[in-house]
Amino acid sequence: MDVWSSLMDGFATALTPMNFLYAVIGVLLGTAVGVLPGLGPAMTVALLLPVTYALEPTSAFIMFAGIYYGGMYGGSTTSILLNTPGESSSVVTAIEGNKMAKAGRAAQALATAAIGSFVAGTIGTALLAVFAPIVVEFAVSLGAPSYFAIMVLALLAVTAVLGNSRLRGFASLALGLAIGLVGMDSVTGQRRLTFGQPLLADGLDIVVVAVAIFAVGEALWVAAHLRRTPLHVIPVGRPWMGRKDWSRSWKPWLRGTAFGFPFGALPAGGAEIPTFLSYVTEKRLSKHPEEFGKGAIEGVAGPEAANNAAAAGTLTPMLALGLPTNATAAVMLAAFTSYGIQPGPQLFSSQGPLVWALIASLFIGNLLLLLINLPLAPLWAKLLQLPRPYLYAGILFFATLGAYSVNLQAFDLVLLLVLGALGFMMRRFGLPVLPLILGVILGPRIEGQLRKTLQLSAGDPVGLFSEPIAVVIYIIVGLILAWPLLFKLVRRNRPERKTLLPANSGAADYSD
Amino acid sequence: MSPLTTGLKGRAELGVALLLGAAGVLVFLDANGLVTPYSQSDPVGPKTVPYIVAGMLVVCAVLLAINVIRGGQGEAEGGEDVDLTHPADWKTILPLAGAFILNILLIDWAGWVISGTVLFWGSVLALGSRRYVRDGLISVALSLLTFYGFYLGLGIALPAGLLEGIL
Repeated sequence: MDVWSSLMDGFATALTPMNFLYAVIGVLLGTAVGVLPGLGPAMTVALLLPVTYALEPTSAFIMFAGIYYGGMYGGSTTSILLNTPGESSSVVTAIEGNKMAKAGRAAQALATAAIGSFVAGTIGTALLAVFAPIVVEFAVSLGAPSYFAIMVLALLAVTAVLGNSRLRGFASLALGLAIGLVGMDSVTGQRRLTFGQPLLADGLDIVVVAVAIFAVGEALWVAAHLRRTPLHVIPVGRPWMGRKDWSRSWKPWLRGTAFGFPFGALPAGGAEIPTFLSYVTEKRLSKHPEEFGKGAIEGVAGPEAANNAAAAGTLTPMLALGLPTNATAAVMLAAFTSYGIQPGPQLFSSQGPLVWALIASLFIGNLLLLLINLPLAPLWAKLLQLPRPYLYAGILFFATLGAYSVNLQAFDLVLLLVLGALGFMMRRFGLPVLPLILGVILGPRIEGQLRKTLQLSAGDPVGLFSEPIAVVIYIIVGLILAWPLLFKLVRRNRPERKTLLPANSGAADYSD
Repeated sequence: MSPLTTGLKGRAELGVALLLGAAGVLVFLDANGLVTPYSQSDPVGPKTVPYIVAGMLVVCAVLLAINVIRGGQGEAEGGEDVDLTHPADWKTILPLAGAFILNILLIDWAGWVISGTVLFWGSVLALGSRRYVRDGLISVALSLLTFYGFYLGLGIALPAGLLEGIL
């Protein structure tokens, strides 16, 4: 089979000693930043971008893959050992995981999270290897009008579906698109939003924008509200599980994977919805429903699997269409561009060896996470006690270093501070960060597709609807935008709807 | 929370709306200033997308202002180390920003080793560490390590500045 032989070639590339070393570094680094508060995988990849220019792209992406999965793993450790989850996708894990840890079952909670992540990650990566080429086959037949529509859908869906306030999501998206406009227009060479400043003519470097919003904004925000009382970290030994824990965990792992992958692969992606669905399902199917809320192992196993499967799913549109739906994938996409690699459906044919090495390294990274991190869990727990002044001063230090080393100009540091202040403001007033980053990265590409589309139709807007796929997608876009309105109408006509949900289902009320 | 502080909070978020609106106007004016002849090969031109973005920004600004006046409120972001029960601590933020700005001013003239030390030391102090000597030593060590690490490992020459010839 073609996929099989390509994948084997990928393994051959990924298992060379140097590349394997990068995979190990990536996994360790990813777990560390996932464990540490204030740092995330997206920011780490952004910070490492300038550093990895000296590397082969393949090695760099193998390391990024390790960071991506490692960050996910580290996030779950934090949410189990502290009761304050760092990422929205590990909120659900914290519910039962922290209760288990408090009841002296931290070792089992960490074990079911780690093994569940491994199972889900491996199945998810296998699904990615099977489905991505199929999506590509379908996608190469699409023209500019369909691409434009798909990108619009992805941006709107991420903005409208995730987060609490759609309005604030759109505000963030608009700011991102505006930042993406800065610089020379690629078609006519006109300078936009440069204010006569030659240093802005090349546009804002994505490394500077991402580091400013993720790292500087976060460090300033935390500094303003630094918790002065030390957090209570639950001490933990080596993770292990008894026979009973295994028998209660394996089904939730598989069900969580089934929820996670498809949601991750959708353009609206995200891990919040599948982790939540998995939690509700496990609660309903459990033979021990009375344990839920007091530390049920199913409530850790399912959502953690869903979280990791969603992470694998997210890579499907990223690799097959060049469409990122979470922050880390967005920064990885930017990395492709900075290596001079054009993301999109041609990626599999033009950069086949790289893509397959990347997929193979995801399998390797997953296994490494399990092998390295089960024994290292006590060490990671110690990392949580790093004095906060050092942690946040370190983030600022490395953010500065990373941003400065791109172009070696102090002007980039001024931008870093200004955009960092923007990141601070967004956190203060509840503007989500993800739409902004997607706007910056996808904005110029969307504009390119729009101009190509209307060039084909000589400026006639009908050209936007010239492909059937595009029309279908616009209908979906319309539905997403009209959803709150429709929801209100449905509710008004059927006021008894709410009582259909059992009172103890634990389902959140998603209506505004 | 007292009514006064809630009132102030509401007003502060109007600043976000103002910022969005200003950004929208700026994008519009900038696009308006572009001079482009109509071209067959590029019927959309460089102005269209900025106009759309400007429109989005202004619409968001207006809707956000209405939302805030009606009592809507953005939810401040939580996190492991974030304690939202106390208000923003400007006594930490301002020295922190100061250390950052000092680094920007010093980096090209004095070099990374000096400016990086100032940045890290200043930040650690601003964040509340009081072990001056140990923090200073760590700062110098970090700056030196990154300087040589970047130079030897990656071939990126960070500015040596005043210490040119010594390093």
